[in-house]
Amino acid sequence: MPREIDEAGEVIVKHKVKFTFPTQLVQEPVIYLLGKDFGIVTNIRRADVGEDRGWVVLELDGEEQSIERGLDWVKERGVRVDPVGGDIVEG
Amino acid sequence: MAYATALRCRECGREYEKQPISICEWCFGPLEVVYDYVAIRKVMNRESIEAGPPTVWRYRDLMPVGDGPAVDLHAGFTPLIKADNLGPMLGLENLYLKNDCVNPSYSFKDRVVTVAATVAREFGFDTLACASTGNLAGAVAAHAAKAGMKAAVFIPADLEHVKVVGAAVYGPTVVAVKGSYDDVNRLCSEVADSFNWAFVNINVRPFYAEGSKTLAYEVAEQLGWRAPDHTIVPVASGSLFTKVWKGLKEFEDLGLIGEVKTRMHMAQAFGCSPIVTAYSEGTMDVRPVRPNTIAKSLAIGNPADGFYALKTIKESQGSATAVSDEEIVEGIKLLARTEGIFGETAAGVVVAGLQKLAASGVIGRDEVTVVYITGNGLKTQEAVEEVVQPLMIQPTLVSFKQALEARGGL
Repeated sequence: MPREIDEAGEVIVKHKVKFTFPTQLVQEPVIYLLGKDFGIVTNIRRADVGEDRGWVVLELDGEEQSIERGLDWVKERGVRVDPVGGDIVEG
Repeated sequence: MAYATALRCRECGREYEKQPISICEWCFGPLEVVYDYVAIRKVMNRESIEAGPPTVWRYRDLMPVGDGPAVDLHAGFTPLIKADNLGPMLGLENLYLKNDCVNPSYSFKDRVVTVAATVAREFGFDTLACASTGNLAGAVAAHAAKAGMKAAVFIPADLEHVKVVGAAVYGPTVVAVKGSYDDVNRLCSEVADSFNWAFVNINVRPFYAEGSKTLAYEVAEQLGWRAPDHTIVPVASGSLFTKVWKGLKEFEDLGLIGEVKTRMHMAQAFGCSPIVTAYSEGTMDVRPVRPNTIAKSLAIGNPADGFYALKTIKESQGSATAVSDEEIVEGIKLLARTEGIFGETAAGVVVAGLQKLAASGVIGRDEVTVVYITGNGLKTQEAVEEVVQPLMIQPTLVSFKQALEARGGL
C-alpha cells in the first residue's frame, strides 16, 4: 500500500479493502465508528448493501498503526476484510 | 500488430492507457483489456490462424501483447480428446476432454503466464512474481527462466515439500511465508505495492487473465470451427470461466464461428464453493469463505471474478455445481480408468460435476460437451494414494499365481 510520512513522523498509508458484513452487522455504523474511534478517513467507492447482507469497497487513509488496529477491531466485530482484487494466492 | 488498445474498468467504464495496473483508481473495479476488433477482423481468419504455430500464440492478434517476441514455452494447443469410454458411461455420445495436463509445466497456468511474462518484459520489468500453492508457481518460475527474468514465488510455509519442487527446480527465489492464508494474501499485496515487479495476478492481472481465452479458441477450432453446446469448467477465482465465455463470444463476433449457444457450467469443491453458494441462493453477491478442501488449486475463498462468473452463468443459461472431496477422488480415478488421463484434484472436481450434470439430464445425449482438465495428476498424487495396492509376492510363478487367484484375476 502507498506510504507517506506526515509532519509528526507517522507513517500514513492508503489501504484498499473490501468489507463483507454478516446479517447482524448490516444495520450497525461500523464504518462511521472506524473513522470516529480510530481517526481513519474512510472513502467508499462501491457498495451493495441489502437487508440481510452487504459489502463495501473502500479506501482507508490514516496512520499505519491506526489502520491496523482499526482493521483488527472490524474483524473482531465479525466483518470479513479482504483485498479488493480478490485473493492473491492461487493454485 | 498489437491490437490491444487500452484498459477499461468493468464497473464504471473508465479507460486507462495500457500499463501494469489492475484496479480502477476511481471505483476500485477490475480492469479489462480493450481491443480494436474492427482491425482484428481485417487480418484474422480461419486460414491465418491455422497457419500459425501450434501454441497459444496462433491467436496472437487477440492477445494483449506488443510486436516483440513472446516468452514462449509452447503452451497450449493441447489435445481435445473424444471420451469414447467415459461419455457413453454417462449417457453422452459427444463428450470431449480438453487435456491441459500436457502443458510445459503441466497445467493451464502456462497459458496465462506466457502472456503475463511477455507483457511484463514489454513493460520493462526484470522480475516475475506470484503467490501460489502449486500450478501458478511452476508456470511463473518456468517462464521466468525462459525469459531470463528473475522470479519470486511466495508460498505458505506449510505447503507440501513435493509441491515446492515443481517450482524451485526452475531457480526462482522461493519465499515461504509463516502465517495464515490471509496473511500471505496481505503480504503479497504489500510486496506488489513496494517492489517494482510484475506480480502476475496483481499488477499485470488484466493481461495475464487474457491467456485463458485460448482455451475457448482452441476448443472451437478443434471442434471444426464451432462452439460446444456445453462446457464444464473447474472454478477458483472465476477468471478462467469468464474468459472461456469471452473467447467464444469474440470468435462469434469476428465471424470465425457461428452463433454461440454454449451453456457454461462451473464446478467447485464443497469446501470452497462461494460462487456455487451464491448461484444456489439466487444472489449475485459472492460471500467469501475459508477454504477447506483437497482441491487446493481451486481453494480461493474470495474469488476476484465471482460476480462476473455468475453473470456468465446467467448469460449462457449455465449452472454451478459443488462436489465433495470424496467425489473429487472418485472423479480423478474415473477419468484415469476410463480415458487414461491422470488429472489433478481440479479434474476430479470437474468430472464429478459432469457426472451430476449428466445424471440430472441437463446435457442431452448428442450434445457436444467439453470438460476442461486443467492440471496434471502427478502434482496431487496424495489425493489418490489409496490406489496403490500392489500384489505383494515372492519372486516365483507360484506366488504370483496364488496372489492373482486370491484377488480374483487382474
